[in-house]
Amino acid sequence: MKYSLKFFIIFFLALCFAGCSTGDKKDLSDGLKVWHWASDRESAFQELAKRYEAQFHVPVRFELYAPSEAYAQRVKAAAQTNKLPDIYGILGEKRDFASFIKSGYVADLTPSLNSDGGGFVWKDKLFEKALAVNEFAPGNEYGVNPGIYGVPLDVTTIQMVYNKKLYEKAGLDPGRPPQTWEEFLSHSSVLKAQGIPRFVSGFGEIWLIDAFASNLAMNIMGEEKVFATYAGKVPYTDPDWVKVLALFKQMADEGILVEGAVTMVNKMAEQTFANERAAYAFNGSWCVNVYKGMNPDLQYGAMLPPKATNLNPMRIWGGAGTSFVVNQKSGRREKAIQFLKWLTEDAQQAFLSVETQNLPVSKSSIGRISPILAEFADDMDNATHPNVYPVHEISAVTEAFDKGIQSILIGEKTPNAVAQEVQRIKEKESKKNQ
Amino acid sequence: MNFQKIRHLAGNYIFVLPAFLLFATFSLYPFLKVFQLSVMSWDGISPEMTYVGLGNFKDLLLDNPVFWNSMGNALFVTVLALTAQNLLALVLAFLCDRDIRGGNIYRVIFYLPPVLSGIVVGLIWNWIYDGNYGLLNHFLGFIGLGDLSRAWLSDPKTALAAVAVIHMWKGFGWGFVILLAGLQSIPRELYEAARVDGANSWTVFRNITVPLMIPVFVLVSILTILGTMQIFDIIIATTGGGPGYHTEVPITRIVQTMVGSSQFGYACAMGVVFGVILLVVSMIQIRVSKMMRQV
Amino acid sequence: MSEINYEIVKKRAINFFVHVFLILVSLSCLFPLWWAFASSLKTQATVFTDLSLFPKIPHWENYYDAWIKSNFSLYFLNSLFYTATVVIGVILIASMAAYAFSRLQFAGRNILFLVLISTMMIPIPGSIIALYVLLNKLHLIDTRLGYILPQINGGLALGIFLLKTFFDDLPKELEDSARIDGCGRFRVYWHIALPLAKPAIAVLAIFNILAVWNEYILAMLVLSNKSLMPLQRGLMVFQGSHVTQYPLLMAGIVITILPVLVIYLMLQKHIIKGITAGAVKG
Repeated sequence: MKYSLKFFIIFFLALCFAGCSTGDKKDLSDGLKVWHWASDRESAFQELAKRYEAQFHVPVRFELYAPSEAYAQRVKAAAQTNKLPDIYGILGEKRDFASFIKSGYVADLTPSLNSDGGGFVWKDKLFEKALAVNEFAPGNEYGVNPGIYGVPLDVTTIQMVYNKKLYEKAGLDPGRPPQTWEEFLSHSSVLKAQGIPRFVSGFGEIWLIDAFASNLAMNIMGEEKVFATYAGKVPYTDPDWVKVLALFKQMADEGILVEGAVTMVNKMAEQTFANERAAYAFNGSWCVNVYKGMNPDLQYGAMLPPKATNLNPMRIWGGAGTSFVVNQKSGRREKAIQFLKWLTEDAQQAFLSVETQNLPVSKSSIGRISPILAEFADDMDNATHPNVYPVHEISAVTEAFDKGIQSILIGEKTPNAVAQEVQRIKEKESKKNQ
Repeated sequence: MNFQKIRHLAGNYIFVLPAFLLFATFSLYPFLKVFQLSVMSWDGISPEMTYVGLGNFKDLLLDNPVFWNSMGNALFVTVLALTAQNLLALVLAFLCDRDIRGGNIYRVIFYLPPVLSGIVVGLIWNWIYDGNYGLLNHFLGFIGLGDLSRAWLSDPKTALAAVAVIHMWKGFGWGFVILLAGLQSIPRELYEAARVDGANSWTVFRNITVPLMIPVFVLVSILTILGTMQIFDIIIATTGGGPGYHTEVPITRIVQTMVGSSQFGYACAMGVVFGVILLVVSMIQIRVSKMMRQV
Repeated sequence: MSEINYEIVKKRAINFFVHVFLILVSLSCLFPLWWAFASSLKTQATVFTDLSLFPKIPHWENYYDAWIKSNFSLYFLNSLFYTATVVIGVILIASMAAYAFSRLQFAGRNILFLVLISTMMIPIPGSIIALYVLLNKLHLIDTRLGYILPQINGGLALGIFLLKTFFDDLPKELEDSARIDGCGRFRVYWHIALPLAKPAIAVLAIFNILAVWNEYILAMLVLSNKSLMPLQRGLMVFQGSHVTQYPLLMAGIVITILPVLVIYLMLQKHIIKGITAGAVKG
């Protein structure tokens, strides 16, 4: 039994060691600490930090916490104990962003963005739509002081892509993707005749359903009516909403969606499209980088979701992909803002864009991006984003709506039944929130 | 004398003291915090929260069919795991308990699924169940049952069962290891004595193995219940709770409430209710097992 | 004569079917690991198109890349250290408590037992933020101890429950005779009960090693300093929010799985017939 005793001793020695040593803590008294969750950009960030220190003698430490769920938890926990770093990102909906601001964890960047620095105004260099995502308008529903609270690092749009090679194979014009819903249906029956699977998306992650459905809804009834629904002035049983749901019924009836897409995670859906097992996908512009890795020869183009009517323009979700905020309680606020400003300058934006195949946020870098990214950039004019909506739907209602669409897609429920159910939950939740 | 006795009793407490100290530090505070939050309305961020009394509980118990439906789903998987998974684990443990050829290799292999990371499991099973290129459909077509093929994870009739199969496949290795340890703890002499008395394998199993293994069965079944009711990772890697609400389970609901809609207090109330249910179930199990042992 | 033949045939037939069954189950367990291994030798472009289980051009350099890019040399030692301390801690503390619950008399025994194992039942995801607040008050954020102690606590419930089950079934005679020889409680526990419970302790060690080795949520919450991070932090590098580098990730997974399997292989020997060996030696 002697060895057990040794174990005992080693164990307690180890615990003592654990207690004392906290590793080599680099002194960061005059440096900046940045928290992020984007594993795919970690090495690019580290490189930029090195360049910044070499140039301005301000050490910057990027710390990666992944996956994003773990990161979000860490940020919330750190907020409870005032341990947030100088610069960090906030994940979640606008409501969460507002809560961080109201709790005093986020600095208002409006003055810095508007200030004239070296012959130009910082704000003017960046895409308005990316900035708008971090902006709180006067009289916003959350009661946040109006202003811009975050700096976007890149731009993302969520829209459709189609496979040009499969289009050619089916005898369709690869330069002319469907623009209207009828065209979409007719193209897809041509593809079907050739035995080509059609549409894939990670509809197992319901936010993608939400994005697609809200694009169609804004096309069918216009933004104002969508917002009126969120505000509780138009019911979900309105014929226009049933029409939106009926489009999904049509997709189900025609078998347009790849089998299993209803519960697919987006990474699986991306595999399916990259391996040419679907002619269309609904995905974000980050897919350029994903597809490039999985199938460098993939020939595809970006397109807007097909229009169901000509009454209203087609809107897609787009805006800032990743944004950073500055900690209001940090003593190094000015330094942090300077660093973010530097990150959005052309040289750094071009570097990030090349390294990570994301759309840059600085307007003057946009000329240097790849042709496929440029296609995505072109559709920015149609972009809107839940963060810029004047009103927001209650999460429980959104969930019921998206889950309802899943039920329609598997042929379990009718559009009418889903509309009624969503309206019932809307009424219940609105009562609770009063 | 009295002093001696007190000293003796105190000595007994010293055995549980380290465990209790750790518990009191690292479990009690978070538990109490969760109880406190369960009567609050809080978004998880703001320093302010409002007291809502038992409002969260009232809504949860009376007006949240989705949560209770998710509880039913977890229960379905649990019943399957309790029977099929544990039966498989027992059979395998029983076979490996005998001096079977290659027994050592099998022991290692059966522990592979628990070791594999969730990412690999998700990728593999998504591929197996895929509607168009899935191995399962391919196999069914091969043996002439092509009619049955479907997208297993998004068909409401099969989604939950498909998820349950993954869970059981991933989990039987745990039960196997515990049951094997239990079987190995049975003194071989008992078996030999019974053999000498002319008992056949079945009587030996029924009269010696089973009675001695009851406590281990109880252990494994409680662990199975707790592990399966709290199923989460596999759901996220395969169906995300869909299609519709067909594969929602309590933990996915709690996480959705907490993170998705930032109702931290309400999520804590869900956790409390869920925890209490699990506690009651486990207590009943322990009670029943005690009664069984006394018979 | 023919009867003996029949017996032999029957035995062989049963044996055959038993092995077929075992091999089928084994294949289902081996397949994913082999798939992960085969994928680790492919490239990002071929990993989902080339489905062969023996890639024609194996990219062994993926292992080198995975090791370097994930900074495994740094994390590996950390993980070894965390695993060793947590597992030993759990075994010591849980076995003492389990022994007391099984053998010793004291007031509040049953209640205390239930309270301790209730940690397994109240799995509230929200409690982790409360844990952070607590660790912050104790000044344990970003320390090794702050990462180790909650994990020991996390392993206790299962440990106590499992070991108590096995202690309950151990014959008391050996302990009684030791007590008559004048051994104190602690020596009886340490010299008699603990060695007898070796199979159960091996099981507990196996479970905890896996849990600690694969842990990352707590690490992401508690630790900031890269030099304190465990192995799983290395794997995160390959799983971007959008791009996953599958071959490197699979290589990393294979690398992280191997030590667990080796240790399992070593420990599972102790699961074999612990009691008879112990009882005879006693």
